[in-house]
Amino acid sequence: MPQSRITEALDKLSSKKAVKYSVYLTAVVVFFALIFLPPLLGIIIKWGAIQEVLNQQDIMERALNAIKNSFLIALFVAAVDVVAGIPMAWLITRGKSKWLSVLDTLSDIPFIVPTAALGYSLLLFWSEPGGISELFGGSLVSPGWVLVVLLHFTFSYPVVVRVVVGALLDYKMEYEQASRTLGAPPLMAARTVTLSIIKPSLIAAFILAFARSISETGATMMVAGLAFENGPVFIHNMKTEYLETSPAIYEGSTAFASFILIAISCLIFGIIRGFGPRLKMPIRRVWPSFERKLSYSKASFTRNSVTLLIFFAIVLIPSLFVALPALQAVFTETLPNALSGSGIWGEYWQSLMLSYFLGALVTILNVIIGLPMAIIIARRKFGALPSAVLDLLVNIPLIVPSIALGVSLRFFWKETLVFVPELLLLVFAHLAITYPYLVRAMSAAVERISLDLEEASRTLGAKPLGVFRTIIFPLTKYSLFSGAIMVFTRSVSETGATLAVTTLKTAPVVLVDWVKQKMQGVPLELDIGLGCGFLLLFSFIILLALRLIVKGEGRY
Amino acid sequence: MPDVRLVNVTKRFGKIVAVNNVSLHVYDKEYFSLLGPSGCGKTTLLRLIAGLIQPDEGEIYIGDRLVNDVPPEDRDIGFVFQTFALFPHMNSWDNVIYGPRVKGFDMEKASTIGHEVLEMVRLHERLDAFPNELSGGMMQRIAVARALAAGAKLLLLDEPLGQLDAKVRNELRYEIRRMAKDLELTAIHVTHDQAEAMAISDRIAVMKKGKILQVGTPRELYMKPKNIFVAHFIGESNFLEGYVSKVTSKGTVIELRGGVKVQTTNKDMKIGERIVLAVRPETFILEKDIAKKGENAISGVIERVTFEGTNIRYEVRLENQDLIVVVKPSLTEEWFNTGEKVIVKFPPEKAHLFTYPERGLREEIASE
Repeated sequence: MPQSRITEALDKLSSKKAVKYSVYLTAVVVFFALIFLPPLLGIIIKWGAIQEVLNQQDIMERALNAIKNSFLIALFVAAVDVVAGIPMAWLITRGKSKWLSVLDTLSDIPFIVPTAALGYSLLLFWSEPGGISELFGGSLVSPGWVLVVLLHFTFSYPVVVRVVVGALLDYKMEYEQASRTLGAPPLMAARTVTLSIIKPSLIAAFILAFARSISETGATMMVAGLAFENGPVFIHNMKTEYLETSPAIYEGSTAFASFILIAISCLIFGIIRGFGPRLKMPIRRVWPSFERKLSYSKASFTRNSVTLLIFFAIVLIPSLFVALPALQAVFTETLPNALSGSGIWGEYWQSLMLSYFLGALVTILNVIIGLPMAIIIARRKFGALPSAVLDLLVNIPLIVPSIALGVSLRFFWKETLVFVPELLLLVFAHLAITYPYLVRAMSAAVERISLDLEEASRTLGAKPLGVFRTIIFPLTKYSLFSGAIMVFTRSVSETGATLAVTTLKTAPVVLVDWVKQKMQGVPLELDIGLGCGFLLLFSFIILLALRLIVKGEGRY
Repeated sequence: MPDVRLVNVTKRFGKIVAVNNVSLHVYDKEYFSLLGPSGCGKTTLLRLIAGLIQPDEGEIYIGDRLVNDVPPEDRDIGFVFQTFALFPHMNSWDNVIYGPRVKGFDMEKASTIGHEVLEMVRLHERLDAFPNELSGGMMQRIAVARALAAGAKLLLLDEPLGQLDAKVRNELRYEIRRMAKDLELTAIHVTHDQAEAMAISDRIAVMKKGKILQVGTPRELYMKPKNIFVAHFIGESNFLEGYVSKVTSKGTVIELRGGVKVQTTNKDMKIGERIVLAVRPETFILEKDIAKKGENAISGVIERVTFEGTNIRYEVRLENQDLIVVVKPSLTEEWFNTGEKVIVKFPPEKAHLFTYPERGLREEIASE
């Protein structure tokens, strides 16, 4: 077979040190050139512009206030999410009912709903007439910071639950059983043993929830109302207010806000990474009779009920509430309008195509440039320290607000390549934002494979590429797929960076526009509902298809 | 004081019946072993006693108390896990005093107990070491110390020596028994290693496929196995197939394959019944003088000789083509060579007679 001759030739090539290392080196260079350095340099290029707005007191005040809001909300939401997510994960992994697998699947739903659709859904549920507000007469939660907090809680919740469920499934039950046989009631065993042992996962869950909250732009803009600003909303407002009238203020204020957002995010990430492991759970103190009371049936029934109530009332139903107008729209003329692409719908379909095209392209590119990086990190190809440093750097796009990343990316590429096509900018931005997802998923998967297997394969005569083809890839393909799915979903959901780098409109951007324009009468509620519905439906179909292809243990 | 009684206990996992209608009485202060091949349900039985899982049917008593619905923390037990399950985020000392602390003892009392049990396992050094910094033997001692510190009178051990090197294993098994006896504990020890069970137990229950086949002292199990599996699993046995050809006042005459006739003292078989004769390898007598036949004498040829140190192991092809194993002490007996013709004998009272199993001999002695 000619194909096998090609792989044979490639295999042989891969055993040459020079070839092997140039592949790795290219991956590192691409990482720095496309992902890591541009945002950093973008801000440095605009350093002058920042200094010009420093004395604009009103704008500075607004900026700092918005940034403060961002971090307060992110820290608060991440903490609450972890506290609320643990009992849910516990119920899913430890409960005995057969309905729990349904609950497990349900808990993923807000994760699948693109955040723009989620934002509108929450807006409808909490504050528009027709939602829960109707029961209370008027708007229960009007747009503003409370709604932002609710929104961020909702979309971070499934991430936290997923991480904690994973940790609990991997956890060796014997530790907890040992604790029980030594006399600890269930709650005490969980507190002193289980939660302490899965602490790294709890920290990871906190960081992920924090990062999601700090980054989210589109949905936040929908529910923020007129008065409330956090970092991303502020940056976007600066763009709409000053881009035309006073470019200097626009550049200075957005560069300033981006810089502060990036710097503080990195700082917080560093602090959590550095001090998290040293953080001791309070396991020295025990309260036998009190914890015993809280352990048994009545208390645990109450706990489970509250957990389920929070899940259904605050997470699941609000997330899916948009299905109502979407369904209504199906039976009105909105559907034929939409399908014929008349009026506002022409733009919608274009944006939807762009979204999915972009998602697919970015996923493929990420696999190509991310795979070697994952192996470098997992196998310490350049030594322990460089790998650890790379591991840290790769995470940065994950924790930095995507709109800030987009702002500085645009500055960089616009200054260096004047005629850079908008589409390319968009690809660069999405590439940078989604890069960590694939690399992290893959490096973790490769790390789990015992080095012995690779060595065994080598001693049996496999060349390095052959080892990858025959050992690493088959054993990590689920993780590769799950990484790819995360990249794809993230790209399709992304609003902040898209808004920041280009005027091209992806589907979430169009939806945000629609919600903002709704005050003027067009589009109608049914239009937006159906728009969200389509986005949700297609994303769901694509994910389902991918899942069926992957079919197996892979969870995202 | 804790004796443990199981009455008709059954535990299923889906369609698999892990423990099948088991009744058992472990006496107070007894060192008791559950012995069987992997998958026989012995660990499940231990976990049922500990309350880590609940039985589907039957009753479990610890002392006079029915404990079916009592959670593990209230059963007053010490449990040593096969993997030790030392808490990885606590150092040795915190592991050891975990029990007293969660039971609400004050720090002073907890540390007194801690020192006492560490004295007992002779491990006072390296108390600030974390589990991953300890050797297997040390982890095992800490695991035992931790189980003892909780003050329980019932010690449950799930393959506590399974993860250790052979040498350390042999040392520690006597130590665990000594401690259990010193503290007057009731101990239930799960193992698949018959030598270990024989060495340390007062009594042993042999299990297979969720059922207890025989309970007895090591000596009883060895000398009077009640069935083929026990004869096979405890020690080693040669199985010879045949039919009952005559029943006399002295016992039974068996016709083995190839028409060879032998005598046993067993009396409750019927003429014509298909049987299996089990003879221990050390029971056989080997004689060089092939002319001198007699009672229960079968001629054969030495096929293989293996020197095992203390013993020499001969594989002998009998005249009826059955292959048997004969073990002789290497120092006291005369040696035989491969290819040598010999006479094999055994005393009638030392052979065990079993009805031929319905599913076949091979299936009957298979471990799973």
